[in-house]
Amino acid sequence: MKRKISRKLLLALLVLAGVALIFAGCARDEQEIAIGVAGAHSGDLASYGIPSVNAAQLVVDMWNENGGVMGRQVRLIVEDDVCQPEVAVNTAAKLVGDGVVGVIGHICSGATRAALGTYVDSEIPVISPSSTSPSLTQDGQHPNFFRTIASDDAQARLQVDFVINELGLSRVAVLHDQGDYGRGLAEFARDFINEESGIDVVMFDGVTPGAVDYSAVINRVAQSNAEVVIYGGYHPEASRLVGQMRDRGMETLFVSGDGVMDDTFIRVAGAAAEGVYATSPMDTSTNPVAVNAAERHRARYGDEPGAFFLNAYAATQALLNAINVAESTAYADVTAALRNSTVETPLGPISFDERGDATGVGFSMYQVQNGSYVELGN
Amino acid sequence: MNYFTEVVLSGLTRGSIYALIALGYTMVYGIIELINFAHGEIYMIGAFTALILASVLTIFGFNTIAILFLASIIAIVYSAMYGYTMEKVAYKPIRNSQRLSALISAIGMSMFLQNYVRIAQTSDFLPFPRIIPRFPWLSALPISMSSAQFMIFASTAVVMVLLTFLIKFTKIGKSMRAASQDKVMAKLLGVNVNKVISVTFIIGSATAALGGILISSYTGQINFYIGFLAGIKAFVAAVLGGIGSIPGAVLGSFVLGLTESLGAGYISSDYEDVFAFIILAVILIVKPAGILGKGQIEKV
Repeated sequence: MKRKISRKLLLALLVLAGVALIFAGCARDEQEIAIGVAGAHSGDLASYGIPSVNAAQLVVDMWNENGGVMGRQVRLIVEDDVCQPEVAVNTAAKLVGDGVVGVIGHICSGATRAALGTYVDSEIPVISPSSTSPSLTQDGQHPNFFRTIASDDAQARLQVDFVINELGLSRVAVLHDQGDYGRGLAEFARDFINEESGIDVVMFDGVTPGAVDYSAVINRVAQSNAEVVIYGGYHPEASRLVGQMRDRGMETLFVSGDGVMDDTFIRVAGAAAEGVYATSPMDTSTNPVAVNAAERHRARYGDEPGAFFLNAYAATQALLNAINVAESTAYADVTAALRNSTVETPLGPISFDERGDATGVGFSMYQVQNGSYVELGN
Repeated sequence: MNYFTEVVLSGLTRGSIYALIALGYTMVYGIIELINFAHGEIYMIGAFTALILASVLTIFGFNTIAILFLASIIAIVYSAMYGYTMEKVAYKPIRNSQRLSALISAIGMSMFLQNYVRIAQTSDFLPFPRIIPRFPWLSALPISMSSAQFMIFASTAVVMVLLTFLIKFTKIGKSMRAASQDKVMAKLLGVNVNKVISVTFIIGSATAALGGILISSYTGQINFYIGFLAGIKAFVAAVLGGIGSIPGAVLGSFVLGLTESLGAGYISSDYEDVFAFIILAVILIVKPAGILGKGQIEKV
């Protein structure tokens, strides 16, 4: 009974909201700035999309309460793409028709890619809180695309940069476990190293997960005189590799990804785990902006924020901030401002690079020190 | 030490790891012509038992040597009991039915034991203590070899010699050979075939457990699944050498280990398994019964 009532109530609210939207549409104040929010808001992936709507609403309300952007109020236009590329194209066309100056979304990489064509033609900047496919920013087709989440290859980038800049090493062995995740990561690392001068991949090879012995591959690492091993894979193989290297008295450094950042790794590898590096998503849960954003979400919606909430929060902040800084909603001005200004977000201070990836977002380097992972200082 | 020696040494290590498991495999096959898929599980149970015992004995403050011996002996005896029970429960009742039934029963036993350990213990990887102490004289050798590696070599050699001796020169060995040739005739001549098969399982399981303990202390980690992966390779090695033949299992294991190691060391470890199976295919084409396998004469 209770359930029925609440469903009716919800329906009534939805109708009201729809009516309100129509009225808002009719009485559209030309001074208002319209921002689109697109993503999966229904269907089985709704839990990925709804938090973004909430996040965008919270940020917009905050700006509106403080007098708006450039003195103008901001209005959200929310459109559902159910994470399907063919729907996303229509969603994009609709948002463009509604005259949005920027879009927060889409959620799924496939839908984002499909929708981007429409936005490129219409010159509308798009900031996705969750699309991680590397090619979205890397293929050069989407100068209007930005994201507040690290792409899948960002770990490899961080590993390579760390090896070059922090450790100052030049001979790298890249190993992987032949799986999608591990091999993908290792191939990115190899390609990044090949782009740099003064650093070489002295060995690139896969190990067989579950094999009884890795001494053959360890021999080759030793033979190659590698100073560091970058490993793409999970912790059971990593602990064996590190263990056997240390048993042989090799001091080759070991850098890996979030597949190895697991306490089981430290427990199994024991003393050999000490000093191992691993990249993993940054811990931003203690960031004051993030704490505040989560509190406002609880106050307003009564529950914990969901997936990509902080990323969407950051995306909305970045977009509104860029419009504010540029003092314009024109495409060229806003994208320039996105690239050149830094904004304080729940993910820390971020800006965007030439390709549209957020700098300062994503992965941190951790190291095993005294038996636990410690995030290394930025 | 030059690179080639290192590659060969790691191939020999691998080979003796496979051999230690393959010996029990091939022995059981030799007597009752059953591919005992649960053999790898006994290996895993041996390792788990030794791990539990070693942890308990450490709490009681035993020294390393005592822990090594006590844990190993108890684990081997315990696993041998498992092997004995397994044969009585899963294989004896269907000994006279088709061979396929016994094979399916073996696969079922393997799954049962894996999941039993998974539920009773954990599905996580556990660190296996280095229960084999460092032998100081090993560092005097011109090649770098860990004590676990040395123990694996030594045990493989000792187990192979003992098994060969047992089968060739003892009364029970004679009974085993008789039972493997013709069970009915052996029975008529007064051989207690049930006892012979039980003894075979007990010995096979004991070698598997010994392998589990030594290999786990070399790799440093165990979980419920290690027996399956190790068992598959050991099975390949046993077939390669000629299944049923004790020296064949050891030879096949070394051929397999060296092939994998040379392939991984000089070409790419990406294709390690590919090299292993290419050599298997080539040998089985040339000698279908395996390197030391005897051509089976069909019994009419």
